[in-house]
Amino acid sequence: MNAPKSPSMRTPLARVRSLGSSHSGTSDFWRQRVTAVAMTVLIVPVIVVVLMLIGSNQAGAKQIFSSLPIAIIMLLFIVASAWHMKIGMQVVIEDYVHNEKIKLASVMANNFFCIAVALASIYAILKMSSGV
Amino acid sequence: MQPANPSKPPMTARIERPLSPHLQTYRWTLTMALSIVHRATGVALYFGTLLLAWWLIAAASGPGAYANVQAFTGSIIGKLIVFGYTWALMHHLLSGLRHLVWDLGYGFKASEREAMTWGALIGGVSLTVLVWIAAYAIGGGR
Repeated sequence: MNAPKSPSMRTPLARVRSLGSSHSGTSDFWRQRVTAVAMTVLIVPVIVVVLMLIGSNQAGAKQIFSSLPIAIIMLLFIVASAWHMKIGMQVVIEDYVHNEKIKLASVMANNFFCIAVALASIYAILKMSSGV
Repeated sequence: MQPANPSKPPMTARIERPLSPHLQTYRWTLTMALSIVHRATGVALYFGTLLLAWWLIAAASGPGAYANVQAFTGSIIGKLIVFGYTWALMHHLLSGLRHLVWDLGYGFKASEREAMTWGALIGGVSLTVLVWIAAYAIGGGR
């Protein structure tokens, strides 16, 4: 990017100003913190829910998840954790994968994984809480 | 300015600049080690969500599927994995709180960062044990 032949008149500093070199600013950094704080708050009720489920069979578990506050707590936790881990894993990939194509594929796979895990979990909770 | 290397395409052409020394140059410190543990527990939790998703899907699917999950989490290996998952979660949580304190601009003194790091380490193990004691008290194990 800094090759002397670059046709751009813009200086390297100008290119990274405002939104920075990735052109996405600090939104991922900020969302990582927002989801972290959300999970810090949600972890206590989530642990309580998990402890409530110990020893119960499928019917009991389904009944516990059919409670509206419990379903909402679980949904919030799933959304926050999926978002948080998507950002976190992307940072890990960008740190260690230097081949541009493999990096692109890994970042895409990371998105697919996080969305799939989140949607599967959300669907399961909605299915139980709607009593189907 | 160095001349561009003709064998490389322009996108990957780099100017040789002095690099900062890499990890092995530095004295090994607690905060360094725990920085790696924070990342490692994060990656472990990432894949651990598969277990969480499996459990929720099984609960939504039916008694047979749920019994499969319970058979797994009741086995020795399953218990070890869930115990490890609990510790990773508790450690990542407390270690992450440390990062939030640093983000706010506090806790950078040597004594403060060491204390917070030890706190995360000891607190993570303690909370894990506490949760499992509660689990056994409630249901006689998972």
